[in-house]
Amino acid sequence: MDCLAAVCQMRPRLGVLPENLAAHHAWLDRCQEAGADLAVFPELSLTGYFLRDLTQEVAMPLDAAPVQELVARSKDMSIAFGMVEVSRDHRFYNSMVFAEDGEILHVHRKVHLPDYGIFEEGRYFAAGDGFLPVESKHGRFGLLVCEDAWHLSSGYLHFLQGVDALLMTVASPARGIDTDEPELSSHGAWRTLSEAQALFFQTWVVRANRIGFEDGTMFWGASSVVSPFGKTVAEASGDQEELLLQRLSSDPLRRARMTTPLLRDAKPDMVRRQLAQLLQDPDALRSDGEAERT
Amino acid sequence: MSSFPPPPGCNVALSEGVLVQFLAEETHRIGMKRAVLGLSGGIDSALVIELAARALGGDNVLAVAMPYRESHPASLELAKESAEHAGVPLEMVDISPMADAAFAAAGDLEDTAKESVRLRRGNIMSRLRMVTLYDRSARIHGLVFGTSNKTELLLGYGTQHGDMASAINPIGDLYKSQVVALSRHLGVPQDIVERPPSADLWEGQTDEDELGFTYDAVDALLHRLVDRRMTAERLQAEGFSADFVEMIAKRVRLNQYKRRPPLIAKVAARTVNLDYRYARDWGT
Repeated sequence: MDCLAAVCQMRPRLGVLPENLAAHHAWLDRCQEAGADLAVFPELSLTGYFLRDLTQEVAMPLDAAPVQELVARSKDMSIAFGMVEVSRDHRFYNSMVFAEDGEILHVHRKVHLPDYGIFEEGRYFAAGDGFLPVESKHGRFGLLVCEDAWHLSSGYLHFLQGVDALLMTVASPARGIDTDEPELSSHGAWRTLSEAQALFFQTWVVRANRIGFEDGTMFWGASSVVSPFGKTVAEASGDQEELLLQRLSSDPLRRARMTTPLLRDAKPDMVRRQLAQLLQDPDALRSDGEAERT
Repeated sequence: MSSFPPPPGCNVALSEGVLVQFLAEETHRIGMKRAVLGLSGGIDSALVIELAARALGGDNVLAVAMPYRESHPASLELAKESAEHAGVPLEMVDISPMADAAFAAAGDLEDTAKESVRLRRGNIMSRLRMVTLYDRSARIHGLVFGTSNKTELLLGYGTQHGDMASAINPIGDLYKSQVVALSRHLGVPQDIVERPPSADLWEGQTDEDELGFTYDAVDALLHRLVDRRMTAERLQAEGFSADFVEMIAKRVRLNQYKRRPPLIAKVAARTVNLDYRYARDWGT
């Protein structure tokens, strides 16, 4: 791969589709001027995050005009953007659309819908059911929407499928000022998560977070790119709209995987066998964790 | 209650950044640029005026000092000092005539030796200040910025529709001890930071005397109870007596009503705030 990735660290307006659509076009103009091959927007970039009952009102099918307008822009560069997708059977998904050469190449429907604390996605969204990489002309990309990335199994499935980069599109709320740490605890946790997954899965990690407030909750930005060696190589500010550019190339992937051949030595068949066994044993995965094993 | 663990820490630089942006963005997104707040001479409003001045510019903020004739004279002096320090214009509104009229109209609020009378008079004063602030808010086309901290909100130590009323509140998720730390960081005048917190509703009143415990102690407990979800057993192991834990937990629960909008009897398919659910920032 050899790809100039552009993270569009933007501030979507809550439930205002026309303005968010116009903003996407403006961001894509900037990406184009910068010569980007790939533009990555945050989670729910077309709609804003704390939608509640707006979820159904801002939802669109994939053939809706605004979606197709953005897809048409992908003739110049590949684009990943976030939206509420409504399916033919009236289910609503928190989706990332990946468009290339004027067509939708892949849609990732968020699998892990957080429904705790300040999150209530499980109330509004239907869950996606898998992690399949995008076969782009710029590389093989694994899409993870926010909470997806907190489940190691998501990244592991992409790892097994040989992705070159994980694209983590997020809308992460700021929490944690009650410590002496230099950054918000949510920022610190995401940095650790992103660097660890890059290190374990030996891929580039591109994390696109948004900024701005919704009902008093701040999204903390700091979009970043992590190398396949697990080092953060680019990071945006925490509070400004910013276009973060980083070239993703094959060379570090090659060197990381030669140095420590984790993908070569992975044992998916053993994982499959053991998981199958565990799933057949009614006690093994009991939620109370008190199963007696011999 | 022997020795307590320390109250919660506060990353003051991060907090300043988040809270200043919060005030700027939540004001500007609805097409407004000004704000009004009541300045008591205490630390909470002194902190909010510093944040407000940084967020909107001092000229876009109006501070209102609203003494009653029995208020401590030092309160007005300290209010002036903090407005000056923040570079914000100050309006003085003596609420004595309207408060006295309201007391007289009630007919049974003369005997201030009675605690219930002092409390009702205090609530009336607090609500008259709210009336004044919301009127100035309409006059200058600005939002009312709230000054209730998290300790007060959890304990219900405030007047509903009085000092608890505001459009947006930058310090409602900061415990009192964090308010003190951030105030020091922002250069709130020393005599305000060090003054014993008081609602100034009667002579010699201090919060800690009235509450019966110190802010440091209750902040240490509330932070562990609310934010860190510690069990009663763990809290006792950390030095909090079972009685203190129970008393505070009960007080927090009994005051939940003050933190929520009024209950609505549900009879229809979709009920405001119950299953008709939209963010307040809807469409902005």
